[in-house]
Amino acid sequence: MYSRAYKLAVSLPPVAWVLLFLLTPYLLLFLYSFWTVTPAQQIVHTWSLQNYIELLRVPVYLQVLWRSMRIAASVTLLSLLLGFPLAYYVSFHAGSKKDLLYLLVIIPLWVSYLVRAYAWKTILGSDGVLNTLLQYLHITHHPQGYLLYSPLAVVLTLTHIYTPFTFLPIYAALEHIPRKLVEASHDLGATPTQTFWRVIVPLSVPGLVAGATFSFVLSLGDFLAPLLVGGPSGVMISNIVVGLFGAAYNWPLGAAISACMMILVLALLFATGRLEKKWSFT
Amino acid sequence: MIRDALGQERAGWLTLHAIAVFAFLYLPIVVLIVYSFNGDGVGGFPPRNVTFDWYRQLAQDTPLWDSVLNSLLVALAAMAISIGLGLPAALALDRVNFPGKSLFRRLVLLPLILPGIITGLSLLMLVVLIGLKLSLLTIILGHGTALISVATTEIFAGLQKAERAQEEASLDLGASYGQTFWRITLPNLKLPVIGAALLIFTLSMDEIAVSFFLIGRDNTLPLEIWSRLRRGMTPEINAISTIIFLFSLALIVLWYRLRMGNGENTADTVATATKEAA
Repeated sequence: MYSRAYKLAVSLPPVAWVLLFLLTPYLLLFLYSFWTVTPAQQIVHTWSLQNYIELLRVPVYLQVLWRSMRIAASVTLLSLLLGFPLAYYVSFHAGSKKDLLYLLVIIPLWVSYLVRAYAWKTILGSDGVLNTLLQYLHITHHPQGYLLYSPLAVVLTLTHIYTPFTFLPIYAALEHIPRKLVEASHDLGATPTQTFWRVIVPLSVPGLVAGATFSFVLSLGDFLAPLLVGGPSGVMISNIVVGLFGAAYNWPLGAAISACMMILVLALLFATGRLEKKWSFT
Repeated sequence: MIRDALGQERAGWLTLHAIAVFAFLYLPIVVLIVYSFNGDGVGGFPPRNVTFDWYRQLAQDTPLWDSVLNSLLVALAAMAISIGLGLPAALALDRVNFPGKSLFRRLVLLPLILPGIITGLSLLMLVVLIGLKLSLLTIILGHGTALISVATTEIFAGLQKAERAQEEASLDLGASYGQTFWRITLPNLKLPVIGAALLIFTLSMDEIAVSFFLIGRDNTLPLEIWSRLRRGMTPEINAISTIIFLFSLALIVLWYRLRMGNGENTADTVATATKEAA
């Protein structure tokens, strides 16, 4: 019923814009990854796999990538452990306080990411709030240096940032569970534990998968938290990329790392998409 | 009835867990606010010497307020771009079959799901390729493009629920497409559009990963804070953060009211976003 002109008018501008300013840049990233750079920092536009070979040859790249994946996996696990029971509580047990609690979970999302990472820095630092509190209470007598500038600090900060993100899709999934199913399970004689594991958990799998994907992918690519609280032992893969695009000035190598990261993320999204569909009941 | 899903004792543990998670989520925010009044700087327990000095210092900090203005400018311009393109994109996804539609749908959402660094770097390469100078304009381009995702998702969700009969009636009765759009389609989408605009505004105000690579000489607020953090910590940053927090709080309550009226919640948006992109 819509005319050709109407269809063209609504689809052409966004499609053209997205092709030009989104698809082209992402493709450029892949193009760059096959180019090289001379010692005089000139970019050579010839095709080679040199950057990818470099990534496999120099151990530090794979080591840092592996560390980033471990940090991201820890963040994901912790966010699920914090987010799932909380979502379950808000959805099933909060009663009339439900809306308020939901709002309380998402409010921290509106506090600047940077500011929250910075707040953790002021808490964990050697003359920070936690260390001085511990000394004030005479639990320790010297500042505990390992609190800040460690992978632990990165995990803590990122968990703080991504727990609400993990909570949201899980909560949405729990909210969509027909309460009748829970009642039916009770009426048919299931114990509360059985109902929880065999009705509620399976029905919330799509939400769990979405939340886990979100926190894993976003913390994998993070470079600000490691810079603020990570220190040398908390360096992540994106920090290397930032270095290559900045002082080290090797865009092609940086592009190759980013391209690997992008493929990794897209593969993960594809896999979790399949998983969600398989477990989706709607 | 539903209370029985877990035994009483376990419900108690669940409540304790919830309290602990809320404490974890709010601890840094409380610390941040408390130390913005601390005369002795950002560390040190207990806080002492209550003072408003940091706020006074903040009031006279011209570069910081310049960056606030820059951020507001960027956020408003980004909002115009992403709504201006996200609205037709949502209409296209809803009612036009064009080649590459499913690819387009995924592509639009990528900036929301990929780590910001990838989108930022990719855009930087394009900007260098076409020879643009890095400035606030390039940041606007970045934010505007990345946040089309939010506009499209929110407005598309609104369209799915809207009645199409009114539009059909309007067209049948001889109104032009333009008249129908301005008098029927847009008014029906008022809530999702306003909701998307608010969300885009707050996301843009806080965005740093994409801006990091597209920044020219003028800083946005997060980048200004970032450059100061590298020089050292001062409670002035706590003070500006506290002000932003209160401001965002007002916005989020406003947005939440809107969403409630619209019978939607963010949980669904995030869930759809991840599902759609996969």
